[in-house]
Amino acid sequence: MKICVLVKEVPDAAVEKRIDPSTGRMDRSGEKNLNPYDTHAIEAAMQLREGGAVQVDEIVAVTMGPESAVRALHKAVSLGADRSLHLSDGSLAGSDVGATGYALSKALAKEQPDLVLLGQQSDDGECYTIGAVVADYLQMPSLTQVIKMDVDSGALRCERQAEYGYDTVQVEFPAVIAVGDAINEPRYPSLKAIMGAKKKPLETVAAGDIGIDASRVGAEGSQVQCGDFKAPPAKAAGQIIEDEDTGETVEKIIAWLDERKLI
Amino acid sequence: MPDVLTYVLHYEGALNKNSLGAVSEGAARAAEIGGQCHAVVVGGGDLTEELCQTLGNYGATKVFRAKGPEGLAQPVIDVMAKVIDENGHGYALFGGGLLGFEIGAGLAARQKAGVTMEVTTVRAEDGKLVAERPILGDSKISISHYQGLGIIIGRINAFEVKATGGGAAEVVDVELEYSPWSTRASMVTRGEQRGADVDIEGADVLVAGGRGLGKAEGFQLAEDLAAAFGGNSAVAATRAVVDAGWYPYAAQIGQTGKTVSPKLYLAAGISGAIQHKVGMQSSENIVAINKDANAPIFEFSDLGIVGDLNKILPKLTEAVKAKKDS
Ligand SMILES: Cc1cc2nc3c(=O)[nH]c(=O)nc-3n(C[C@H](O)[C@H](O)[C@H](O)COP(=O)(O)OP(=O)(O)OC[C@H]3O[C@@H](n4cnc5c(N)ncnc54)[C@H](O)[C@@H]3O)c2cc1C
Ligand SMILES: Nc1ncnc2c1ncn2[C@@H]1O[C@H](COP(=O)(O)O)[C@@H](O)[C@H]1O
Repeated sequence: MKICVLVKEVPDAAVEKRIDPSTGRMDRSGEKNLNPYDTHAIEAAMQLREGGAVQVDEIVAVTMGPESAVRALHKAVSLGADRSLHLSDGSLAGSDVGATGYALSKALAKEQPDLVLLGQQSDDGECYTIGAVVADYLQMPSLTQVIKMDVDSGALRCERQAEYGYDTVQVEFPAVIAVGDAINEPRYPSLKAIMGAKKKPLETVAAGDIGIDASRVGAEGSQVQCGDFKAPPAKAAGQIIEDEDTGETVEKIIAWLDERKLI
Repeated sequence: MPDVLTYVLHYEGALNKNSLGAVSEGAARAAEIGGQCHAVVVGGGDLTEELCQTLGNYGATKVFRAKGPEGLAQPVIDVMAKVIDENGHGYALFGGGLLGFEIGAGLAARQKAGVTMEVTTVRAEDGKLVAERPILGDSKISISHYQGLGIIIGRINAFEVKATGGGAAEVVDVELEYSPWSTRASMVTRGEQRGADVDIEGADVLVAGGRGLGKAEGFQLAEDLAAAFGGNSAVAATRAVVDAGWYPYAAQIGQTGKTVSPKLYLAAGISGAIQHKVGMQSSENIVAINKDANAPIFEFSDLGIVGDLNKILPKLTEAVKAKKDS
């Protein structure tokens, strides 16, 4: 079985995210890292390989992004992927969710995976939706927010929390599964794996190489125009207490509660 | 085309509240641009004519009903795509929740449409609908304009359920053959409740615990504090700790949990993710204890304490008890 894991490069969580006022797009300069939610998808692929219920021949990390995104691929490889595929093309910049999912599905179609794994959300875009878009293009069954996944009689048995409690769903291969962050504790890469990551095969493809229709990607090819960023109505800031002397802190909390007749 | 198509989720013969909100919102906005609001339902025998007709009370004029599996997104995408192709709806609107995200996104791919999620406001502008979505931790609002079909996925609880007093909706049965991939996922069990059946919706005081409690046993600190408040108090949780099995599902606040508005909501070791916030933001008084001064929860708490809950909670419990006894 071949597993493709979708990974994305995102601004480091410690860096303030902002919109570039000149382009109206997310400012993606500054420190970058592998989207933390994607490490759970790589770990899920590793656990399938190690679990033995199915033979995993290859784990391929796939990303769409600018040149700098190779770092996310190196990180993915250090966490266990065997090789990676980088879709990089200036024409893709500014793609919306639909266009991004379309472009990624073209990259995935080239690989013909039995299973596509991805994270529950990207730390910057927070759309929760790339999995469902990719699945429709690839014509594969799909679930998102999966927190338990086992191979059972040649299919995947998945569990997730939905609107009325926990659902268990049987999904046949090939499939697209977005994993929730409760599915596992990703391992730390070994120093050797980090050092070796750059030596693993990395293929870079442009949009034209994989048959992406240029009129359907980038800002021009996107069906939704986002802009006019405005600030939400200001909310009065709450009071903050830094806990230095806990006895004193607690006294202040009690006084605050008492004032509002909450005790 | 100015008509709006919504999806209405149901479970055990009851229509989902957020879906009804989407119908109310869809009807109000469609009217502003000269259209009507229709609904799609997919399921089995519990989708009776009478139940479907009640959607008229919320403003839907037509209900497209298809026989199919419940609780899965992809069959609904097939139905909605067919209905839109045959009737030319201009917008598809979802009330938030997990399935709305999956259906809306898949439908965007199928219909090559634009999609916006986590929408809090829909407005009519020059005969079209535009959607507002808060981004970057609710610090900015992004406004979406659509070319062709526009797909709008609401944030949970964003759209209010409003009975319009409209008459019974017309029910139209939709016959279709599902896409092969839509039939390759099947529900094994649905709606399993994990852990004890606790009631948090009626509580005046909620002590909510998150991953910062460290382990399942950490919840004892929250339970002790709730007990000290006494009376009508209870302990609630985030999805992260419910998924981890530390606390019962029935105690979960948020997008896929309960919506609460107690007099006092006290968060211990909770970061304040959007999906949690949507379930508790209307609490009257919000107090948060978190060791990370940059935790998002401090953005919407009335009183924030930056510190270690392991130090603060036991002392606070003692102090609440002492205050009660005095
Ligand atoms: C579709 C979808 C639906 C979701 N539905 C829900 C939902 O219904 N409800 C929900 O809650 N979430 C939901 N989530 C998950 C949500 O995004 C967050 O992952 C979750 O709320 C985080 O839980 P948490 O705050 O307990 O954990 P974390 O985000 O890990 O936060 C733990 C916090 O504890 C603090 N901390 C750690 N140790 C200490 C200490 N000793 N003292 C003080 N503070 C400490 C840390 O600084 C941190 O801020 C959903 C997500 C998705 C994608
Ligand atoms: N440009 C991209 N390249 C590869 N994978 C992506 C990209 N954008 C999103 N993803 C994947 O889709 C998941 C959900 O992202 P999102 O829908 O943007 O919240 C992420 O966790 C990634 O696994």
